[in-house]
Amino acid sequence: MKTTLKILTAALSALLAFTLTLTPAAAQDLKIGFVYVGPIGDHGWTYRHNEGRRAIEQALGGRVETTFVESVSEGQDAERVIRKLATEGNGLIFTTSFGYMNSTIKVARQFPEIKFEHATGYKRAANVSTYIGRFYEGRYVCGRIAGRMSKSGVVGYVASFPIPEVVRGINAFMLGMQSVRPDARIKVVWVNSWYDPGKESDAAKALIDQGADIIAQHTDSPAPLQVAESRGVFAFGQASDNRAFAPKAHLTAIINDWAPYYIDRARAVLDGTWEKSDVWGGLATGMVAMAPYNNDLMPRDVINDARNIEEAIKHRRLHPFAGPITRQDGTLAAAKGETLDDKTLLSMNWYVRGVEGKLPN
Amino acid sequence: MVLVTPALALALTLLTGLLLFGAMGYAPLAVLFHFFIAPLADLYGVAELMVKATPLVLCAVGLAIGFRANVWNIGAEGQLTVGALAGGALAVWFPDGASPLMLPAMLLLGIAGGMAWAAVPAFLKTRFGANEILTSLMLTYVAVLLLSALVHGPWRDPGGYNFPETVLFPPAATLPLLVDGTRLHLGALLAVAAVIAAWFLLARAVFGFEVKVIGLSPAAADYAGMSAARITWLVLLLSGGLAGLAGIVEVTGPIGQIQPTISPGYGFTAIIVAFLGRLHPLGILVAGHILALSYLGGETVQVTLGLPQGIAGVFQGMLLFFLLACDVLLKYRIRFSAPAASPSKPA
Repeated sequence: MKTTLKILTAALSALLAFTLTLTPAAAQDLKIGFVYVGPIGDHGWTYRHNEGRRAIEQALGGRVETTFVESVSEGQDAERVIRKLATEGNGLIFTTSFGYMNSTIKVARQFPEIKFEHATGYKRAANVSTYIGRFYEGRYVCGRIAGRMSKSGVVGYVASFPIPEVVRGINAFMLGMQSVRPDARIKVVWVNSWYDPGKESDAAKALIDQGADIIAQHTDSPAPLQVAESRGVFAFGQASDNRAFAPKAHLTAIINDWAPYYIDRARAVLDGTWEKSDVWGGLATGMVAMAPYNNDLMPRDVINDARNIEEAIKHRRLHPFAGPITRQDGTLAAAKGETLDDKTLLSMNWYVRGVEGKLPN
Repeated sequence: MVLVTPALALALTLLTGLLLFGAMGYAPLAVLFHFFIAPLADLYGVAELMVKATPLVLCAVGLAIGFRANVWNIGAEGQLTVGALAGGALAVWFPDGASPLMLPAMLLLGIAGGMAWAAVPAFLKTRFGANEILTSLMLTYVAVLLLSALVHGPWRDPGGYNFPETVLFPPAATLPLLVDGTRLHLGALLAVAAVIAAWFLLARAVFGFEVKVIGLSPAAADYAGMSAARITWLVLLLSGGLAGLAGIVEVTGPIGQIQPTISPGYGFTAIIVAFLGRLHPLGILVAGHILALSYLGGETVQVTLGLPQGIAGVFQGMLLFFLLACDVLLKYRIRFSAPAASPSKPA
């Protein structure tokens, strides 16, 4: 069997000499690689990153060439895939999940001339930048809308994993809701997955049964929206404008728009001006955007109010985490006049007052 | 005959691959080259192949022994996870540990953890006759949730902003590298050692004989005074222990910490590996590397040719399909015959 393989190998290599010479050599100035944690068709996190990649190709056309590897496990595979992209001549590599942090840093050390961009992490190096969206700004706007639209004052929140990013979202939503409805309550169900339509819809049903008349989600499938639609309650979409999935429930959605940042960074490498950075992009930079407000469901004044809040956050007249903020246990997280800093936001692992249940950690 | 089917299946997979890629509009030979040969073009690639194959081989060797005895442990994934947790606990609790005994202790704890997780189905089967396919599979979900609870909770890196991962393991809790500049670690040698030991057990020890007899004819084994319960216990502990070893090798080797994701399903893929390797330890060593190559190849064609990620899965599926088909068609002959004169309908 071994000799057969050898012969096969030799034959293949010989034939390849032909095929390979036929492939035109790439003439691009910069090759850019992407590592995705999910499939590009997930309609959530990875889908949005892939839209960002396509935006680079459109904006910088002939000067760049992009490739991606999807569904890369955060275990031992990540390091090999990132290294593979590095050895294949990519000059800029985006690793788009928190679990790639240590692998990115390791590979970056071996390839100092290549630039790396890691989403949602906190470890940086001379050639490793980090970036994340201030999605909590959008969550605050959603919470504000929920406060105006809810009759019961109870929101059901379908959450993925109890990491700071998700906890921050729940708290921002709550603070937004409390700003118009001080008696607001949030019930949370953790489904322990980013994408599991079955569990997500079960969670949404259970929450509605417990009196929630608005569903919010921090998971990637449209299942909670569809449950909301069939049960006649309102809901918010995740990552993309998902109105098509639930036209009678979808109020708005928080859109992750990586395109402007990705184009910027690619251009910076082309121009030789790339430098290590830690970017938190929000509504102001367009990394976070609100999907069109559903004017079939929302009264004019609610939409106007939401737009005003958006503008206020954009122009720094309002910060979702401005004090006074009381934790669930009654202690004060920020006094009046204080605002939580980014470091506190990065590691947030407590609920604000009004969120029900115990944070699993 | 034993070698004919895998070789034939491999050849048919390659051939179908050629046709498939041709039909999709890619240069078929280039795809095959990038899939099967390019990943091994340099030393790093070869080392990566072995790194990827190590957990597959470790799990599959144990499973195969059980399968031969008609004990169907489907829960290697869970045993792997608990092995990683049991051994990894030491590094989490002693993040500054420097004792040379730390690593051996972690490896032993890993094996013990896997064994403990496999002991549950063994007990339930021998005591209550519970089906081990179901119990071992369901315990996998328990193990994965246990992992999730620990890394999201008490085992988080205190300096890690509450993100779900443990501290990076100290050098004393990290497997030594075999080749500088690669990730090839001691675990690869442990896998080879496990293969040799399993071969010896099956081919030369009384235990192996008992496994075979029980697998082929439980009644004969019973008549010969062999204890099916004892063998059930032994093969489950053995396969659980090896899966646990695979888990602790992953976290002390290429991963270097405990994360919410330790294994992308090695415990399940190992079932394919065990059958592709004909339930024979040496065959499994080869099969583990073939499966590992299919992952590496899948990544390479995504990077270099922009092929979709499903390609690796297509190759794995074709390989298993042809293997099973060849098995059947080599053993049985298809006869086309006129339908029998209409049998009387059951009332």
